[in-house]
Amino acid sequence: MGNTSNTSSPETGLLDWRLIFACWLLAAVSMLGSLFFSEIMGLQPCVLCWYQRIAMYPLVVILLVGMFPLDLRVVRYALPLALIGWGIGVYHYLVFSGYIPESLRPCDEGGVSCSEINLELFGFITIPMMSILAFTAIIVMLVFVKKRNRP
Amino acid sequence: MKKGTIVTIAALVLIIFFAGATVFYQQQQASKAETVARHNAALLERDGVPTKGNPDAKVTIVEFFDPACETCKAFHPYVQQLMNENPGKIRLVMRYAPLHPGSDYVVSLLEAAKQQGKFWETLEATYAAQSVWASHGNPQPKKLWMQLGRVGLNLKKTQDLMQSPEVVNNVKQDIADGQKVGASKTPTFFVNGKPLVRFGYEQLRSLVEAEVQSAY
Repeated sequence: MGNTSNTSSPETGLLDWRLIFACWLLAAVSMLGSLFFSEIMGLQPCVLCWYQRIAMYPLVVILLVGMFPLDLRVVRYALPLALIGWGIGVYHYLVFSGYIPESLRPCDEGGVSCSEINLELFGFITIPMMSILAFTAIIVMLVFVKKRNRP
Repeated sequence: MKKGTIVTIAALVLIIFFAGATVFYQQQQASKAETVARHNAALLERDGVPTKGNPDAKVTIVEFFDPACETCKAFHPYVQQLMNENPGKIRLVMRYAPLHPGSDYVVSLLEAAKQQGKFWETLEATYAAQSVWASHGNPQPKKLWMQLGRVGLNLKKTQDLMQSPEVVNNVKQDIADGQKVGASKTPTFFVNGKPLVRFGYEQLRSLVEAEVQSAY
């Protein structure tokens, strides 16, 4: 992105805005959903869940700020967070799927085990799976915005 | 539509959905908890458990408590206040729910004190000295003995009683009952068998007052 490319033409700018808005919606739904699980349903978040929250919650703020007025540099700031969250989500998924051996599990001491499946929606959707899906969608949309605005 | 309006509407929809889901979930949990409590009404109170207040009172508060729990300590005077405000109408039943490390020792001490007719005095002293013996990182329940001077328990007798099968069984019974009625946190309150679903002073007050209203 060059010095002047932060404001694209009105029409393409609208698509960018909509994509970032969609990312923001996903992040906001993820935040409220995770808060619902922990605060309302009383499911204790394990350590890996917390790390994913640390990556997800700031996106709600950063993306919103980047939308008013539309500032495409927001992609630069949001993407690393989304990638980190995605990585932790995948790791989490591998831990409770049993692909990562028990000795490598980081969070058995005292707290809540990351390998325990606390919630299954419709019998197969777990919380880390939803987290990976949300991060993936956000990453795809942010990368798309980045690519199409490359001079 | 303006972008700002879209985002505002989206945020409002999300928040309303969240609030709606919360209300729905809590109502569902409340009816579930009531069903569990109704099925287990007989487990809430047993002969010989410590009680206080008018034996013929029509409102019974059952409290599952842990002597190491700060919230139990904080609620204790509040429950007393509710009883004072409704003289003769409320009876309090205490059940042991030792969830913290070290609490099992103190709970059997309390049960031994009960056998000597000194449960309530000992409970007051135990709560008063909570910070001395019940540090969550490093509980030292034996330190409680030094804080019980004014209660006037017979030390030797109490220690013997703590080992007695009756005390051990009563404590076990309370723990088993607590698990069956869903007392997984302390304090857990039941008012005339109805669980306190949303936790808090005001919620307890309104539940108690509703029961007093309908009973008297």
